Amino acid sequence: MEPIKTNMLVDAKGLACPMPIVRTKKAMNELEPGKVIEVHATDKGSRADIQAWAKSSGHQYLGTIEEGEVLKHYLRKSSGEEKEEIKHPHVIDNEELTKKINNQENILLLDVREAAEYAFNHIPGAKSIPLGELDEKMAEFEKSETIYVVCRTGNRSDLAAQKLTSNGFENVINVMPGMSNWSGPVDSNK
Amino acid sequence: MSITAMTSKEVTLKIFNREKLFILDVRNEGDFQDWKIEGENFTHLNVPYFDLLDGVEGILDQIPGDEEILVVCAKEGSSIFVAEMLSEKGLNVSYLQGGMKTWSEHLEPVKVGDLQDGGEIYQFVRIGKGCLSYMAISNGEAAIIDSTRMTEVYTDFAKKMGATIKHVFDTHLHADHISGGRTIAEQTGATYWLPPKDAEEVTFSYSRLEEGNDVWIGHTKIAIQPVYSPGHTIGSTSFVIDDRYLLTGDILFIDSIGRPDLAGKAEDWVVDLRETLYKRYQELSDELIVLPAHFMIVEELNENGSVSEKLGALYARNHGLNIENEADFRKAVTENLPPQPNAYEEIRETNMGKINPDIEKQREMEIGPNRCAVR
Repeated sequence: MEPIKTNMLVDAKGLACPMPIVRTKKAMNELEPGKVIEVHATDKGSRADIQAWAKSSGHQYLGTIEEGEVLKHYLRKSSGEEKEEIKHPHVIDNEELTKKINNQENILLLDVREAAEYAFNHIPGAKSIPLGELDEKMAEFEKSETIYVVCRTGNRSDLAAQKLTSNGFENVINVMPGMSNWSGPVDSNK
Repeated sequence: MSITAMTSKEVTLKIFNREKLFILDVRNEGDFQDWKIEGENFTHLNVPYFDLLDGVEGILDQIPGDEEILVVCAKEGSSIFVAEMLSEKGLNVSYLQGGMKTWSEHLEPVKVGDLQDGGEIYQFVRIGKGCLSYMAISNGEAAIIDSTRMTEVYTDFAKKMGATIKHVFDTHLHADHISGGRTIAEQTGATYWLPPKDAEEVTFSYSRLEEGNDVWIGHTKIAIQPVYSPGHTIGSTSFVIDDRYLLTGDILFIDSIGRPDLAGKAEDWVVDLRETLYKRYQELSDELIVLPAHFMIVEELNENGSVSEKLGALYARNHGLNIENEADFRKAVTENLPPQPNAYEEIRETNMGKINPDIEKQREMEIGPNRCAVR
């Protein structure tokens, strides 16, 4: 299993509650919005508490991986992206995309969320290119290809779609709203 | 102001004495809603500790100034953290020593009555989980029924009473708590009795608990008569001790009855449960004092903290014994059941000897309320 790429690591191994969350909260303050933090803890209660804390503080809980005694929790700092306005004109809703997937249409689907978000939950066959890496990786695709772009709520994929379009890609379609409301098939690397 | 530790025993006595206590439970909301410390005059406020990391100013107006205050969390660390902040604000507060983890394990022995030859019967109230176990003592010999995994409490108690543990029983294969029966038997050389129909898959040897085979303790022979009473499990067996006490296991409680679904056989066992409650127990004396293996709500506790009631009174009052129509009864015990106990399948496997989880894992499996009943 490949390690999940994250932006910051909090080592709370051997610490009893409340310390894992005290440390996580402190680290969150230093993290940029939208970035991913990884918390290693051995306190079993941290699994439920970190989820509840994320919910009450507006951060996004991605998942937990258990490796022996160590629980690795993944969280994404809240980014306030919900408020932004969608600008890219070509969109498809979740239901229409699900139909295309169920019909086994051969589509190119880019998932522009952070690698850790993708790792826990993604549409089968989607290609993971976090928004921050799109500039360097967009050369992998043909400009005439139809590209579907998905994220969690449609905002990052909107930015990605605008970026691709301004770089000469002709058929870019934003999936709305995306994974936050996705009921179609999913895969997980975990 | 300084903070003090309050033990599980002290909290238990406050419940028994119907005292007032204000509990600030700082666990997450889900854990609190699932399971909390309840007392008739206890009031609660649930604010997770992680919402108080920046201070307690936001909740001060919700905390009474004139009541005793106890801060509670899972293991005690977070409750100390919050209690200290409250103390800095000038409040006098305690925290629960060992947290809910210790609360779940606390056993309080309460005497429920005398035996005819001068012996005594004690109920061990596991107040945090609502589990009840028993020790009958007669002339220096003891029998234990439905013991929990905190075996030292029983062995120490027997020692204090100057009694040798001779017999250890489980009324059925438990699904809500890990039995200490086998361990006590191994440590003391006592005989471990199980109903054979519940023990088909166990990996250890045991004595077959069957109706008609009375067991005796003490010189003047206190009889422990097994009564086959299936329904919660197929093997469930009750005991009549000294012609006065009816230990009903998980078949009949004070304010509820057993549920038939914890081994996945609700449909099969409904008929047995009905037969036991509406026929077999009906034939017993109304004067028998029912001693169940659980209580569900603190209102079931008597003045001294014990849980018991005459069989006749239960036939008059317990809703589960007063469902005339068989179809209604079936519906009541198979539909809309409460959630099953935490990790009940693993607990059954542990009690069969199939798996041997370490102590930390056992604690985790048992966390939460017992949920063995239908009300």
